[in-house]
Amino acid sequence: MKYLIILALFSCIGNSFAQQTPAKKQTEAVTIVGATAHLGNGEVIENSLIIFEDGKLTQVMDATATKMQYRGKIIEAEGKHVYPGFIAPNATLGLVEIDAVRATDDEDEIGSMLPHIRSLIAYNTESKIVESMRPNGVLMGQIVPRGGRISGTSSIVQFDAWNWEDAVIKEDDGLHINWPSSFKRGRWWAGEDPGNKASKEYEKDILELSQFFTEAKAYLSSEPEKTNLAYEAMKTVFSGEKRVYIHVDGAKEILDVVDFKKEQDLKNLTLVGGYEAHKVIDELKDNNIAVLVQRPHDTPNNEDDDYDFPYKLAGILHNKGVLVALESSGSMERMNTRNLPFYAGTTGAYGLGKEEALKLITSNTAKILGIDDKVGTLEKGKVATLFISEGDALDMRGNILTHAFIQGREISLETHQTELYHRYMEKYESASK
Amino acid sequence: MKVRLLLCLVFLISLQSKAQEYFPKNDGVKNPQTNYRVFKNARIHTSPGNVIENGSFVVKDGKITAIGKSVNIPKNAVTVDLEGKEVYPSFIDLYSSFGIKKPTPAGKGNGQPQYDANREGYYWNDHIRPETEAVKSFKYDKKTASALHKAGFGVVNTHVPDGIIRGSGMLVALTPEGTEGERILKNRSSQFLSFDKSKKSRQTYPTSTMGAMALIRQAYMDADWYEKGNAKNKDLALEALNKNKNLTQIFATDNLLDALRAAKIGNEFDVDYVILGDGKEYERLKEVKKSGKTFIVPLNFPEAFDVADPFMAENVSLAEMKAWNQAPANLKMLSENNIPFTITAHDLEVDKDFRKNLIKAVNYGLSKKAALAALTTTPAKIMGKENELGSLKEGAWANFIVTSGDYFDKETSIYENWVQGKRAIINPINTTNITGTYQLNLDGENYELKISGKPEKPKANVTQGDTKLGAKLTFSNNWMNLLLTSPDTTKTAFTRLVAKTPEKANNIKGIAYLEDGSETSFTATKETSAGKMEKEEDKEDDEENDEPETHEVLPVSFPNKAYGFSELPKQEKILFKNATVWTNEADGILENTDVLIKNGEISKIGKDLNPGNAKVIDATGKHLTSGIIDEHSHIAASAINEAGHNSTAEVIMEDVINPSDINIYRNLAGGVTTIQLLHGSANPIGGRSAILRLKWGEDAEDMIFENSPKFIKFALGENVKQSNWGSRSRFPQTRMGVEQVFTDYFTRAREYEEKKNSGEAFRKDLEMETLVEILNSERFVSSHSYIQSEINMLMKVAENFDFRINTFTHILEGYKVADKMKEHGAGGSTFSDWWAYKYEVNDAIPFNAPIMHSQGVTVAINSDDAEMSRRLNQEAAKSVKYGGVSEEDAWKFVTLNPAKLLHIDDRVGSIKKGKDADLVLWSDHPLSIYAKAEKTLIQGKVFFDLEKDKMLRNKIKEQRSQLIGQMLSAKNKGVKTKKVTKKETTVFHCETLEELE
Repeated sequence: MKYLIILALFSCIGNSFAQQTPAKKQTEAVTIVGATAHLGNGEVIENSLIIFEDGKLTQVMDATATKMQYRGKIIEAEGKHVYPGFIAPNATLGLVEIDAVRATDDEDEIGSMLPHIRSLIAYNTESKIVESMRPNGVLMGQIVPRGGRISGTSSIVQFDAWNWEDAVIKEDDGLHINWPSSFKRGRWWAGEDPGNKASKEYEKDILELSQFFTEAKAYLSSEPEKTNLAYEAMKTVFSGEKRVYIHVDGAKEILDVVDFKKEQDLKNLTLVGGYEAHKVIDELKDNNIAVLVQRPHDTPNNEDDDYDFPYKLAGILHNKGVLVALESSGSMERMNTRNLPFYAGTTGAYGLGKEEALKLITSNTAKILGIDDKVGTLEKGKVATLFISEGDALDMRGNILTHAFIQGREISLETHQTELYHRYMEKYESASK
Repeated sequence: MKVRLLLCLVFLISLQSKAQEYFPKNDGVKNPQTNYRVFKNARIHTSPGNVIENGSFVVKDGKITAIGKSVNIPKNAVTVDLEGKEVYPSFIDLYSSFGIKKPTPAGKGNGQPQYDANREGYYWNDHIRPETEAVKSFKYDKKTASALHKAGFGVVNTHVPDGIIRGSGMLVALTPEGTEGERILKNRSSQFLSFDKSKKSRQTYPTSTMGAMALIRQAYMDADWYEKGNAKNKDLALEALNKNKNLTQIFATDNLLDALRAAKIGNEFDVDYVILGDGKEYERLKEVKKSGKTFIVPLNFPEAFDVADPFMAENVSLAEMKAWNQAPANLKMLSENNIPFTITAHDLEVDKDFRKNLIKAVNYGLSKKAALAALTTTPAKIMGKENELGSLKEGAWANFIVTSGDYFDKETSIYENWVQGKRAIINPINTTNITGTYQLNLDGENYELKISGKPEKPKANVTQGDTKLGAKLTFSNNWMNLLLTSPDTTKTAFTRLVAKTPEKANNIKGIAYLEDGSETSFTATKETSAGKMEKEEDKEDDEENDEPETHEVLPVSFPNKAYGFSELPKQEKILFKNATVWTNEADGILENTDVLIKNGEISKIGKDLNPGNAKVIDATGKHLTSGIIDEHSHIAASAINEAGHNSTAEVIMEDVINPSDINIYRNLAGGVTTIQLLHGSANPIGGRSAILRLKWGEDAEDMIFENSPKFIKFALGENVKQSNWGSRSRFPQTRMGVEQVFTDYFTRAREYEEKKNSGEAFRKDLEMETLVEILNSERFVSSHSYIQSEINMLMKVAENFDFRINTFTHILEGYKVADKMKEHGAGGSTFSDWWAYKYEVNDAIPFNAPIMHSQGVTVAINSDDAEMSRRLNQEAAKSVKYGGVSEEDAWKFVTLNPAKLLHIDDRVGSIKKGKDADLVLWSDHPLSIYAKAEKTLIQGKVFFDLEKDKMLRNKIKEQRSQLIGQMLSAKNKGVKTKKVTKKETTVFHCETLEELE
């Protein structure tokens, strides 16, 4: 007996130093029976039958309405819930491991116009934080560089991979711009009032940005004598392959972004943050602009704002017909990204209802990111990236995963954290024996 | 011309006397001055409310020798006829730095914090500078004096505005031509204090207001101890502090909460501070009045914001708008509430804004009498100089101003300001007042000529029937030039009128140069004088309009900002009908149960209770729980860290409560009723905690939990080692050092206690007093902690000193030593799922709370964050997800367990008969992501209610639009507005380091 315990302990210790091994390619079909399937598009199938093979969903249907043969491994999931894998857009997962340790920080390159800076190659598949997303159902993310005016180019990855090449879902999917602020903080060290004042540079900053776009366009319209890496990285922006994400909050700024979109003839433009987007809903709809709404678990920006404003912003926009998904940037954003389901749950309580709220972290996100042909819903033909939860995955009490699949591969739900949990519980249990 | 005249007069006066009588004179003969000067026929305001019509007074050697309706006029008297003029005692400003050069700031040093004082032979802290004497660095400043003269000031109480205890100030007359020897009325007039550090030293301590408060207290006690001869060393600062003890003590603050904090220290040490406020005293009149202090109030009314751009306007908070709207009524409200005050010219441009704003205050309801008293008799009395200053009477200094009329009428000119019998000329006194309406007869035509404005700067308006002529009036040295355009607007020719105006300008006769160059005479016959004229906007006036406009003043709310209540909630008798009741007691969760509350307590729990006269709330389908308690919070505070020393057990969080923090309201909306406001984690031994009930709208003192158990914050790890910022010079820099800090302090505390108990004289030390309480288990420790080694260490240190660590807060590796914690008796208050932000939280796991709980540790989930604290119910629910804790137990993590950890579970933390009615009515299962707090009650008072919240939102909207309207109208009238700035709210965490200027 004693030996056994020692052995068990040993294996735990061994495990705790390595990340979870990526799951092997799906070789056997998997059938999930009896679960409530939340398709991610607003629909629910109470007693569902879900089959996937070779990483793709082959059946998603009402189990009571079919005599379809179950295939491969069968998972009885009565009373449980199945969801498409949640997608975290505008994330920095894998770019920083420990906030306070500079050596682990790869999220913000120096410089201002950096479209050529690519997050993908710095994305650390072995990150303990990335791993901790999975037990909460967050299985994919858009990895975004921070800082500068044009921060760089993002890529979309899944969270079970040996390396970034394996991880990629969509390479170089988006260009991220931090829109200038019409307010600027006074430089107190230069004797100025430290308050935020109307920025004198605002117009100039916008001009610089649009000039950069114009110059890049001119550069790309001919055979350049010398290569300009920054301009080269804009090529796919103008062709429409690389979507444009503009990080912006103020209503005035958003209206300027709308003009910028027209002026630069940008096809897919999404706002990130959008604190005051509700003030300019018509302009957003008329110009087909989506919003990645800032994390709802935040305090209001202004004293006078409704206490629940961040909770309900996404609902206000969604209910008025703006295409909306949720993002999780902000303080401690990496480790907090695992709370994405609960951000959605909150919007569910504040104006949306559960199934609409679910869209904000599944199908809507996929649409905005341009990966809705592959993921975001439980539909036949889509990639089998999904999970089974004991209960309502948007609620802390129900979000208890029993199985999760990425591309049909059943991934481990263990993490550095669960291993420590097991290890210490075993320590105490063995001590009490 | 005017300038030359003025110079002449000054020259004349300066000839009269320059030196004192016993001073030798080598540039001529002595020419002693023994003449009297008599001022007659004036309307004399001898003191506020007392007027002598057609009175006279006699001045000799700078003092008034006689005053009255009729006085004996000595033969050797020079008489000044002030007929039609008014005379007021000149003003006294108790808070000034007149004539004092700005202190030279200390250099930047080597970039590392400086812990020791620069000085030797003085107190250990450079910011205690009672030995400073204003008189040593005083130099009469003509330019500033002349600005002060213009506003009406004759005497100021100046000081060196540098440091926390700033030393003695001096009362000085603003005598235009004189010597310092004459001007100094009192060279050690008062001692000044503030919460601001000296610019002359980089010494770090104190970094916070609470540190400054503790430092003042300790300095007072040390001075007392020093006076009794107990010190082995010489301390010139303490000696000076003792010497200054009997002076008037003036405490300078720049915000209302600090003013109340100063009053608090004053009341503790029985020092009757006179407090320089910030002009917003009206926001907390009740406390201001209760403080019993006299206030020195500035007239620094906020400017209106330029809200023409609606996007920009969004960035102005209701609180800022209200400040603009209400501040002009501050003095009126102080006066109505019988709060003693004086008025200062501090914090504004005295020559430009002082009189304008004072008149504004009067227009907002301050009585002229009260305004005058606050500028004359009250400050004179505070300075103990009521016989010499502040009123015009025999024996008093001849400090007075001569005006053309009522000082509070904006059309009135101030002619002269006399100080110690010496004259400063503001405007030439012999200026004829030509304002009024005249019949202008010019070249056979009749026009109407209206002259308005101040006598020395009149404006003209000329009309003929409906036609308005262009008119430009210049008036100087009683010569008027009037330039007129032709009534025929197609012409560009001008008529020029010139006349010397007679003393009584009823008829003005002069010469007109007509358009064609010919000369003729003109007459202007007065029909009405200025007072009867209807006021008319002069559109051609290119100057900014400083018409003191008034607008409707909004009522003060509690607190005076968005979501403030117009009336504080009252205790109610309420029956919650048919709720799911989470008792947190042996009864567990009761379905379909009624709860009756009355007198602030839970009165009955049961089925089908009789409501009697209670208000019935249908709680069917809803959940009723006790209020959430946050063991680790930094909301409702003006400061968090005193980072100046590695131990700051002397600082007190109760000193720095900010009852206006909007996060209080937001927390209530998340079901939070009680918090422990903790000191930050900048040092191993932090400050004493405050346990607060979130009674939004009430005063700081009233929020403190009654008979609060005593707590203190300790901290371990990266923050106290200062690992994540540049500091390298403070001990400890390692966990090894942290242990030694504790051992050292507790060893010293034990020795201190022994000495104290021995009956020998001992130096009372606030820090040691606190540590002794810990040693005696009278004060509980809540220690910020992460890594298992340090947690274990602190328990061992405590055990060595025979006490226990009450709570480990954060305690992210508590799960690794849960058994040891249990054995020691420590509780764990942790985050649900935070990690990865520092190296020391690399092994933090969301299973921490469940594991500690499984080992019998009392577990709480805390926030340390204004955002998370309003969703603590959700954070508790994460223990159901991670680690499978039962829902009932998980709920206790944010209610009963923190109540136990805080030793307040006899009053709060569960629904039990006789406990406080601190309740939350939830729309749903309280652990659910979908649950909303619908009502939050504290001691039977409803502090949050979804319905009421809606009303408050509407009110914010209404008031904002009303105020924006007022500001736009002000802008429209040409009142100066300021650009919008956006306020950024600082969210406090453990690591927040605020810098005290």
